[in-house]
Amino acid sequence: MLRLEPRQTTSVQMQYATPVIAGVLTIVAGIILFSSLGVDPIEALYTFFVKPLTSVYGLGEWALKATPLLLCAIGLSVGFRGNVWNIGAEGQLTIGAVCGGGIALAFYGDEGPWLLPLMLLCGGLGGMLYGAIPAFLKNRFNANEILTSLMLVYVSIQILGYLVHGPWRDPDGYNFPESRLFDDYGLMPVLLAGTRLHLGVIIALVLTGVIWVFMSRSFQGYKVTVAGQAPAAAAYAGYSRKRVVLISFLISGFMAGLAGITEVSGAIGQLVPVVSPGYGFAAIIVAFLGRLHPVGIVFAAFLISLMYLGGEALQINMKLPLAVTGVFQGMLLFFVLGSEVLVRYRIKIGTQAREA
Amino acid sequence: MIIRRMFLGMSAALVGASLLMVADPATSQAEEELKIGFVYVSPVGDAGWTYQHDLSRLELEAQFGDRVSTTIVESVPEGADAERVIRQLAADGHGLIFTTSFGYMNPTIKVARQFPDVTFAHCSGYKRADNVSTYLARFYEGRYLTGVVAGSTTESNVIGYVAAFPIPEVVRGINAFTRGVRSVNPDAEVRVVWISAWYDPGKEREAAETLISQGADVVTQHTDSTAIVQAAQDNGVHAIGYHSDMSRYGEEAHLTASTHVWDNYYVETVNAVLAGEAESTNVWGGLADGMVELSAFGPAVSAETQAIVAERQAAIVSGDLHPFEGPVLDNEGTERVPAGRSITDEELLSMDYYVEGIQGRLPQ
Repeated sequence: MLRLEPRQTTSVQMQYATPVIAGVLTIVAGIILFSSLGVDPIEALYTFFVKPLTSVYGLGEWALKATPLLLCAIGLSVGFRGNVWNIGAEGQLTIGAVCGGGIALAFYGDEGPWLLPLMLLCGGLGGMLYGAIPAFLKNRFNANEILTSLMLVYVSIQILGYLVHGPWRDPDGYNFPESRLFDDYGLMPVLLAGTRLHLGVIIALVLTGVIWVFMSRSFQGYKVTVAGQAPAAAAYAGYSRKRVVLISFLISGFMAGLAGITEVSGAIGQLVPVVSPGYGFAAIIVAFLGRLHPVGIVFAAFLISLMYLGGEALQINMKLPLAVTGVFQGMLLFFVLGSEVLVRYRIKIGTQAREA
Repeated sequence: MIIRRMFLGMSAALVGASLLMVADPATSQAEEELKIGFVYVSPVGDAGWTYQHDLSRLELEAQFGDRVSTTIVESVPEGADAERVIRQLAADGHGLIFTTSFGYMNPTIKVARQFPDVTFAHCSGYKRADNVSTYLARFYEGRYLTGVVAGSTTESNVIGYVAAFPIPEVVRGINAFTRGVRSVNPDAEVRVVWISAWYDPGKEREAAETLISQGADVVTQHTDSTAIVQAAQDNGVHAIGYHSDMSRYGEEAHLTASTHVWDNYYVETVNAVLAGEAESTNVWGGLADGMVELSAFGPAVSAETQAIVAERQAAIVSGDLHPFEGPVLDNEGTERVPAGRSITDEELLSMDYYVEGIQGRLPQ
């Protein structure tokens, strides 16, 4: 029997070394994978990790794709530190897109420079209110927030689907399910000509800093951390558990909602039936990959973003099928997360494994 | 190779039949290879929408040999990512790019503006540009014929239809199918279950089983998996496939399938690009153009039914029969197309009612 036993102390050197070890293992496994497929492994690795970043456009895309991941993950990390499990960032993101996008459609033909800030605000608030639902259910009825927040994802997708198939359908769009294109006032300003990189990435980085300060400097942030690390101590100190749940959900909901509205007012430019290819879920991985620390999360968001771009590049430039790129992406995550686990836990081979 | 093409403007008039000769290989040997990109909304898989596009891509490789090379990108989400993938294909030297899902329309148009020398063809959309064509097939013609098969085969006179979203394309298919059913069996009725997903084998199967439990002995679908064929096989009823021949998922159950065949269109488009004569077109071809075909009949389809289908097919190809020949009544009794004319393309493109013979009300 194999079991994992928490280590008494985690080596500081190893904490810095694991990403390197994981990287080396990924490269070795990648060489084996690509060679066995008859593909030049060096070229494949170059295509996956470097090629996407060799143009200004590619760099822009890298940051563009990292933006919603970063926004969602940094918000989620607050709750995860406080032992509050918001699994529904995808839903809050979707509702953020609906609320912010709804503003753009409501004021169609009547725009001004005030439109985008209003959209961002409404998108964030929409996600926040949607996040408040599982928090309320948790605090009022003690409903498991993992389940309720996850189930609300599916509700949100139905709401968006109903709107773009029905009342918000582009009147000139032959009944196809998508909204009008937003007016220019409803679009994120592009930061770098020739790319799609927009203001959203700046917003994400600034808010990352704000949350960092909140968690490390504010009393409320401290309460969240204590609630996560030592629930009994938090209760003894009189910190309200309910308040921690609510604050965690409001922050992560707001951030996810903001991710949603920056997506639709950024690269998409209209409401469509699916606004996110699963950023809200991938952000959970990003948050843990970044060890719930703001700096780590920034790195993790960019790594996962590169992983998406690299997967596409392997398909386009090396003509490898999606299945192979998927296997390679899986190996990368396996090594990174696996070595994380081994830094904190040791594998014990023994018979006295406790029954689960 | 002769392909009749339908040029579809807003009013979708048939501009005419055009002849395009396959370029003589000897004349274009000196040219460099044409790189062709395909953007797919799902993995290729074994059957379905993307699989049919990929079959025709392989046909291109077979026909053109080393004069072309093809690249596919699978499972590209219809959101912010599509634009990047299309752009990367263009930047990587692809001279012709097929974007094969509706959600790629705006991204295709955006990228096409930045790459005026690249030819784009977008499947199922309505926006075009100088270097962006659109193409689609008159799937409803195949639907009509499969309706004839279903109407002739059913004994319970209840036929089930699992459908994705109530957009005109899907509604048109349900209506054409029902017109086919009723043309041979005026007592049969079609029941529709909407599942709000293009691909969800679990929901598709559940919906098929609901319909079967309500007495349906033939089921069909406008979704992308093979689940309903398998459900029919397991429940001892019949199924009609869509997109692809799905007979191997239920050999006894499978009656036939209305399949998409993009070979002619793709070959023709590649020829035009190789010859440097690519134009922005809007192709909406049907049975006559080989863009829609019925797959082989299963054992449960009688010779008599096969003969009727062959006859109707010939009539559609020759233009003597239109699946929506007036009078067309909706299922509340209102006349939508008067007797004496058949439906216009514009009416087809905006169809938002159920025809007579369908139970229930179309979700709006």
